Amino acid sequence: MAEFASADELVAAARRTREAGYRDVDAYSPFPVHGMDEALALPKSSVPLFVLLGALAGTALGFGLEYWVSVIEYPIMVGGKPFFSWPAFVPVAYETTILLGGLTAAISMLLINGLPMPYHPVFNVERFSQAMTDRFFLCIEATDPKFNREETKKFLEGFHPYQVSEVEE
Amino acid sequence: MASVAHSAPETHTPDEVVQPLIAPGNSYKSITEKISNVILSGKTPMFWFFWFSLAFLFVNILGLSATVLLLIGTGIWGVTIPIGWGFAIINFVWWIGIGHAGTLISAVLLLLNQRWRTSINRFAETMTIFAVLCAGMFPLLHTGRPWLAAYWLMPYPSTMGVWPQFRSPLIWDVFAVSTYLTISAVFWIVGLIPDFAALRERATSRFGKVAYGMLAMGWRGSARHWHHYEIAYLLLAGLSTPLVVSVHSIVSLDFAVSVIPGWHTTIFPPYFVAGAIYAGFAMVLTLGIPMRKVWKLEDFITMRHIDCMAKVMLATGLFVAYGYSIEAFMGYYSANTYEGFMISNRMFGPYWWSYWSLIFFNVLIPQLLWFRSIRANIPALFGISMSINVGMWLERFVIVVTSLHRDFLPSAWGMYYPTRWDWGLFTGTLGFFLFMMLLFIRIAPIISITEVRALFFETKHGHRNKHGTEEAAA
Repeated sequence: MAEFASADELVAAARRTREAGYRDVDAYSPFPVHGMDEALALPKSSVPLFVLLGALAGTALGFGLEYWVSVIEYPIMVGGKPFFSWPAFVPVAYETTILLGGLTAAISMLLINGLPMPYHPVFNVERFSQAMTDRFFLCIEATDPKFNREETKKFLEGFHPYQVSEVEE
Repeated sequence: MASVAHSAPETHTPDEVVQPLIAPGNSYKSITEKISNVILSGKTPMFWFFWFSLAFLFVNILGLSATVLLLIGTGIWGVTIPIGWGFAIINFVWWIGIGHAGTLISAVLLLLNQRWRTSINRFAETMTIFAVLCAGMFPLLHTGRPWLAAYWLMPYPSTMGVWPQFRSPLIWDVFAVSTYLTISAVFWIVGLIPDFAALRERATSRFGKVAYGMLAMGWRGSARHWHHYEIAYLLLAGLSTPLVVSVHSIVSLDFAVSVIPGWHTTIFPPYFVAGAIYAGFAMVLTLGIPMRKVWKLEDFITMRHIDCMAKVMLATGLFVAYGYSIEAFMGYYSANTYEGFMISNRMFGPYWWSYWSLIFFNVLIPQLLWFRSIRANIPALFGISMSINVGMWLERFVIVVTSLHRDFLPSAWGMYYPTRWDWGLFTGTLGFFLFMMLLFIRIAPIISITEVRALFFETKHGHRNKHGTEEAAA
């Protein structure tokens, strides 16, 4: 794992690491760095798809509930209005759409990221606590097919980072 | 527009050059330290203790007023026929309105790529959550027996087989407000996760480390995390934006769907939404001005932020003024006897003082915001935002009370006098709001550390487009 002092160095290093053939690479930064997604060639996030499904489920559930309650289960005649007076059902169905869509956005983001995660090896690196303040880290994982303790270390040192350290399991 | 501003520094307005969004001389480290020191320095200003004790006193008044209400019933309030909706609904609409600036600043300005939102969004979101909590208390207490009201409001399979009436705007309100509270809270918590991680690393006490560690849920700033995080945050903003408009529109339909003169108007939804933003920004300034001073956050909440907020207040204030004039115009132009009487009764009837104070506080005083020197004058801005807070409360008072107290039949006319319990609940929620805000300032970052850092990065590289790191890397 290499430590950098700026976001630009991190992105440059990430791109070159990727070009060098490493695949199990992750970068750590105190804020989202634009350009990182391309540098690491991350696949498109599936969060939007889940949100769409969640929102559609919200519409269906909200509208379905209203229809079932007002037409089937508990029909009340008020002022001669039809039981299925759908324009009046729009506001509630709209709110349930947003409710379920928003909840799926947050929950799917956490689940895809594997949070909450009480333990992760990167925290064993003492200086990693700086990743939450002003340092940028690039980590080549041992699971990478190209990983070789010595060579990888030399490769990372080639970027002239602030420091290269080993992550203990 | 937004992409232009990103790629070309020449499009920056002179204001932005003169007044940066983050004061010069900061770094990632100083940003993190200055914001987290509000919590972690261990020093609590006397200011905090003073207001906290005062707020706590009012929380007790709130508890007492609510207990007495639940023991005796809504008879202890001033509400009676013809005015069945008194302080409860006035305060409900007022508080919901105050909550609106939070979502507006966070979501709408995020989508519009307005970078000045960054330093104030956390604080405004927090305000939203607590303001909506205060708002929610009123309709619940207004039912008199909230534990019985549950089956009129929430569709759950009770043994009585009674279901809510989905054609009623009051039920729309239940869904709108509870969705609003939930989604605002989710948006707020998602925004807080990386900041809790920053606090986890900086906390010195064992308790602090464990508590923030749990709240951060193991956040480690991985590029893969940010990748999903950013899209989720953006989608939440996209979902909250129509939500914020729908909530106050639905609140306005509580009135507009009725046939009472002064309520049955199609202008209500946009006029209420503008009023809500107006009230919300006024409250952000009311709380933000002392806060930045006491905790020395002037580096992040700069005069430029304050100027922008003043401009938003001026614009929404003009929308609201347009609403008032349309009401008056319609009273005359509709040639409807009841509408005409309603507006003349508002202006010259027994509640004339409320109408004219409303015009004074909400329309006349805020016109001072046209002047650049006033927008740069902190005490004056504080005064104007207080004036708007009062004015927006009066607006709801005027709409609720003056429309109800004299409707179609003179034999059914009456007057409304709030009792001490009405005042107790109202001032109690003010205390509760302040109490929660002060507690929050002590436990979580009141300015988003992560977003200020990202903004700092962006302003350092003002010439970049969104994917511009490539140019620098080459």
